[in-house]
Amino acid sequence: MALTVLKNLLKGPSTIRYPYQPAKVTPVTRGHLTINIEDCIFCGLCRMHCPADAIEINKQDRTWQLNQFQCVICGCCISYCPKDCLSIEQTYLPPTVSATYVTFTGPEPEKKEGQEEEVTEA
Amino acid sequence: MSKQIIVPFGPQHPVLPEPIHLDLVLEDERVIEAIPSIGYVHRGLEKLVEKRDYKDYVFISERICGICSFIHGSTYCQAVEQVMNIDIPRRAEFLRAIWSEYSRMHSHLLWLGCFADSMGYENLFMNCWKVREKILDVMERTTGGRIIQGVNRVGGVSRDISREELARMGTELHGLQTDFAELTRIFDEDLTVQTRTKGVGMLPKDMAWELGAVGPVIRGSGHSVDARSTGYGAYDELDFKPVVRNEGDCHARCMVRTGELFTSIDLIENAIDRIPEGDISVPVKGNPAGEYYARTEQPRGEVIHYVKANGKKNLMRHRVRTPTLANVPPLVHMLAGCELADVPVIVLTIDPCIGCMER
Repeated sequence: MALTVLKNLLKGPSTIRYPYQPAKVTPVTRGHLTINIEDCIFCGLCRMHCPADAIEINKQDRTWQLNQFQCVICGCCISYCPKDCLSIEQTYLPPTVSATYVTFTGPEPEKKEGQEEEVTEA
Repeated sequence: MSKQIIVPFGPQHPVLPEPIHLDLVLEDERVIEAIPSIGYVHRGLEKLVEKRDYKDYVFISERICGICSFIHGSTYCQAVEQVMNIDIPRRAEFLRAIWSEYSRMHSHLLWLGCFADSMGYENLFMNCWKVREKILDVMERTTGGRIIQGVNRVGGVSRDISREELARMGTELHGLQTDFAELTRIFDEDLTVQTRTKGVGMLPKDMAWELGAVGPVIRGSGHSVDARSTGYGAYDELDFKPVVRNEGDCHARCMVRTGELFTSIDLIENAIDRIPEGDISVPVKGNPAGEYYARTEQPRGEVIHYVKANGKKNLMRHRVRTPTLANVPPLVHMLAGCELADVPVIVLTIDPCIGCMER
C-alpha cells in the first residue's frame, strides 16, 4: 500500500481536467461531423441512412442541417455520400444542454449557370 | 417468527449502475425472498429493425449496450452474414476477435471497479478504472471510438490494423499483464474482499445449470460453458480454454473474471501472431432472406441474436437474448437467505447490464 501511495504522490493525477485541458485525441478519433458544402449535391442519401435521424436537407433552399445533439458520429453517412463531402473531425464539441442545429447553405448551382451560358451561346 | 417487511431496492440505488428494481422481503436483517421487476430503460431497439436498412442497423445494434457494444455489433453482423451466405475474409474475423477480447477486458475491469465500489473499496475501484483507461486508449487508436467502436459492417470490418500497430499492441499487453496480476492479487488475497465475498451468494452447481445461468456466473459454479468453445469466427484457430471455478460464491465469480483478463491477453497475442494478410471486407449485394441464430460470448455470458428476413432491405424480426436476463433467475436464488448488507455485492456479481437486457 505504501508503494501505491508513493507512486501516486510522485506521478500526479491520472485524469485530465477536461474541458479546461484539451481531451486526448488520436488521428482516427470521431469528434464531430462536418460537411464541405461546396461539393454537396443535396441527394439526401445521408439523411435517408442516418441511424439517429440527425440530418435534414432542403433541396430547394440548398441547405444541409445537422442536429449535433442527436448525431451519434457513427460515420454511416460518410460511407453513403457519393461526392465524399462529409468528414469527421477529431475535436469534441463542447457540452450543451439543448439541441444545437448547424445549417450549411450551399452556393448557387454551377450547373444551372452553365446551362444558362449554353442557352445564351445558342 | 419475526414480522416480515418489504424493502424496495432500486431502481435508483448508489450501487446500481443501471436501474433494476428488487422488492426484498425481509425477516429482521435476512432476505427471505427477492422479487425483481424490470422495464425502466426499454428503448424499443428491436422494433427499429423494421424501419432501418439492415446495413445501417449495425450501428443501432452496437448501441444495445454501452459496454459490450462491439460484440453486439459483430454478432448481429454474423447473423446477417449467415443468412446471406457471405464468407467474410479471415483477416476480418481475426480483427473482430481482437477487438472483442479488448472489449471483454474493458468490461471486466469496469465490473471489477464497480464490484470493489459495492464493498466500499473506492481506492481499488479507481485503480481498476485507471488500468481500463489503457485499454480504451488502444480501442480509440485503432477504431476511432472509445466505447462505441463502429467498425463492424455486414461483410467484414471497416478499419484495418497496421502491422506496426499490432506490434505495439503486443508490447503493451505485457504492461497490462503486470497491472492485471496486481489487481488479481488484491481481489484474491485482500482481507476486505475475502470477508465480503467468500461463502456469500452461493449458487450450487446443479442449481446454476437448472436455472440456466450463463457466462462467469455458471463458470463460477463449476460448469465449463463458454460460447467461444464453439469456435465461431476466428476462435477455432485460437487456443482457448474457459476459466472455471468450483466454489459457486461471489469470490469465485470474481476470480473467473480476473482469470478471463489473462485469457483475453493470451487470445489477443495468439491472434496477433496468426492473423493472415488480406482484405478486411467483401462487398455485399442484395437483401437477406431467411433466418439465423448467432451465438457469441459476451463479457457477461452467451448472447443470442436472432434475425429473420424476407428479401427486403428491412429485416422482419431481430431478437436478442442477453446474458443479464438469463442471469436474473439465478440472482433471485442467490438472494434468498442472504443478509441485507450483502445484497449489493450479490446483485453486482451477475454483472447486471440492464440497458442490454431491456433494449
